Amino acid sequence: MTLHLAVALDGAGWHPAAWRAEGAQPDRLFTAGYWADLVVEAERGLLDWVTFEDSLSLQSSRYDGPDGRHDQVRGKLDAVLLAAAVAPLTSKIGLIPTTSVTHTEPFHVAIGIASLDHASKGRAGWRPRVSGRPDEAAHFGRREFPPFDLANQGFIDDLFEEAADAVEVVRRLWDSWEDDAEIRDAATGRFIDRDRLHYIDFEGRFFSVKGPSITPRPPQGQPLVTSLGHGPGPYAFAARNADVLYVTPTDRDDARRIAGEVRELNPGLKVFADLVVFFGDHKARLDELDGAPLESDAHVFEGTPAQLADLLLDWGFEGYRLRPGVLPHDLTAITRGLVPELQARGAFRTVYETPDLRGRLGLARPASRYARVS
Amino acid sequence: MNNTTVWSDPRSGSQIDFDSFKHLAQTAERGKFDFFFLAEGLRLREMKGRIHDLDVVGRPESLTVLSALSAVTTHLGLAATVNSTFNEPYEVARRLASLDHLSGGRAAWNVVTSWDAFTGENFRRGGYLAEADRYTRAKEFLQTARELWDSWAPDALTRSGGEFVRPDGIGFFEHRGQHFDIRGRFDVPRPPQGNPVIIQAGDSEEGREFAASSSDVIFSRHSKLEEGRIFYRDVKSRLAKYGRAPEDLKILPAVTYVLGDTQEEAEERAAEIRRAQVGPQTAILFLEAIWGRDLSGYDPDGPLPDIEPDLSTDVSKGRAQFRRDRAETAAKWRALAEEKNLSIRELVIETAAPQTFVGTAASVAAEIDTFVQTDAADGFIFVPHITPGGLDDLVDKVVPLLQEKGVFRADYTGPTLRHHLGLKELS
Repeated sequence: MTLHLAVALDGAGWHPAAWRAEGAQPDRLFTAGYWADLVVEAERGLLDWVTFEDSLSLQSSRYDGPDGRHDQVRGKLDAVLLAAAVAPLTSKIGLIPTTSVTHTEPFHVAIGIASLDHASKGRAGWRPRVSGRPDEAAHFGRREFPPFDLANQGFIDDLFEEAADAVEVVRRLWDSWEDDAEIRDAATGRFIDRDRLHYIDFEGRFFSVKGPSITPRPPQGQPLVTSLGHGPGPYAFAARNADVLYVTPTDRDDARRIAGEVRELNPGLKVFADLVVFFGDHKARLDELDGAPLESDAHVFEGTPAQLADLLLDWGFEGYRLRPGVLPHDLTAITRGLVPELQARGAFRTVYETPDLRGRLGLARPASRYARVS
Repeated sequence: MNNTTVWSDPRSGSQIDFDSFKHLAQTAERGKFDFFFLAEGLRLREMKGRIHDLDVVGRPESLTVLSALSAVTTHLGLAATVNSTFNEPYEVARRLASLDHLSGGRAAWNVVTSWDAFTGENFRRGGYLAEADRYTRAKEFLQTARELWDSWAPDALTRSGGEFVRPDGIGFFEHRGQHFDIRGRFDVPRPPQGNPVIIQAGDSEEGREFAASSSDVIFSRHSKLEEGRIFYRDVKSRLAKYGRAPEDLKILPAVTYVLGDTQEEAEERAAEIRRAQVGPQTAILFLEAIWGRDLSGYDPDGPLPDIEPDLSTDVSKGRAQFRRDRAETAAKWRALAEEKNLSIRELVIETAAPQTFVGTAASVAAEIDTFVQTDAADGFIFVPHITPGGLDDLVDKVVPLLQEKGVFRADYTGPTLRHHLGLKELS
């Protein structure tokens, strides 16, 4: 089998002390050149796509609100704009930014991702993300959230239900222009055929949106929707709303269990496992600098490209999203170490075969849900 | 993105492909322009309850495409129109700050307001804002965005000795006002320009005060020499009371241009473009928007209807300029049509498709210079009528003449938009 490989880009890397590692580039984190270099390197390695993390609050070592730390990377750039800024400098690799579906208007998300798909000629994806943190809600001042508590099931269920509505609205807006809506008919003076533009008339428990979009249908029709999940609720959300689900198994048995659980919900959903990866022995020193061993929701791998290749093939997922511990070091080890290793085993592509992101996963370009069958 | 754009011309390319935007932006940069400006419309316009289909429609989200353009340009300013009614300060401030970082200090924000329930139907909040409150919200929105940009000290990023940011805190903000009650930590370091360049287009009394108090550029509609001077004097005279100097606010009218080898040829071309901009169907629609009635039975090449406008209805939605003074406009149009014996289409061409600079490259260059030397403008925002080649002639033929005269830069002399515009650096 051949694998799909994505890389998750975030700040200086996924170790909180990554910016202090040898070869790190903390002075370039807020420049376009830093991100362009990383994505061009990822494309050199023929990777499927890169993801860009984002949230509407300052980074924190706590999951429920800000911390007072100043020894880790703080500050970031908007993920959709980051992805757009590297789009013209690349031609094959997929670009998948994260946006909030709790605070950001679905209409703005829909036109932003559609515009990224136009700017990248069909390489855009999207990772919708919920936020239940009260400090993030206070940045908007539109509603008050209770102190974050994973046991507050009703609140969390509502967040996911609202997120599902947001994804539905975004997907409808992408379809709201049929592909051939622009007609430029000189005889009647019409630029568009208004019968091929559609109100989406979404009305849900949390909001309503009229449509149509202001942006013509994206080149892929429906950009790739990907979602991260750690348990049954998010799995069910992804099964209904996403094309790809990122999961976080801790070992081989856990991997098999999760794969089975998700397959039962939606056998067509693509499942990728997330791994934090360190090639070499630099993690220990970084742990020391940070004052504690790295904590992660995902399995942390340390070793050689060959050992990681063994693990990937053993766990048996069709794809993986690798989170480099240190940038650019652990990204370069993926593109120049892991990729050749997998290619030698016949388990990774040697050339990009499709121009668009959906095609890379074997997903067809869907017709608009509003198109009349003729 | 309105009837100014002639889509029927064989040279007219895609309005949405990135390559069209890239061509326009790179042409502007070749011509050493200050910035590339994108408008916005958050709901498709409607006429008589149906989506307006005669004009170019369909546009990208402006910040996203400008961010992509930052990768294929090096000096050109990138100006996004972003609505202050259907957005929140935290998000707009972080996106503009991000564009400023990614472009190395080239971002600008055209602050526009909207109040209508019609646009609101595309958003969670709906049409929540009273018309009277749109400027108070816009003002407070901009004020809040500035507080967020200023919440990181210029030297907050230390990145040495185990310390990434200064320990005395970054990004703290708290704003309590009529429209926003927000607090927390802003997550983007201070933009390279300090604050992105602020552009406004308001023309009302309130709009002019807003611009005089808080904007760097005013995008005006006064593209005739005499009215341009009056507007220029008026706006510049308002600056002192805000402690600002005349050069702190640049006045840039929106203008069009048509070139020919001779004046006659240019005039002919200009007339042709006007006819393409106002086809028979467009002429009737313009009239219907003012009259508030279905006039589809009237001949566009015939005289104006005898019936009076129905001011109780609004057939046009999503376009601000039709909202006011329809009775007055109708009376003016009737008088003009009688005086010059104009058909419906001729009348609409005369009133709704004005062109600014029509002539040879030399005469247009001279006219442009006169505007600036006689205080009718500090510069211009050119609105091309063809995508993507609509700036080519301007850059190839007119810009060199302005450079020869020594009234336009021969090359960029600094990296930031603030620098191009001659605005004070913010510390």
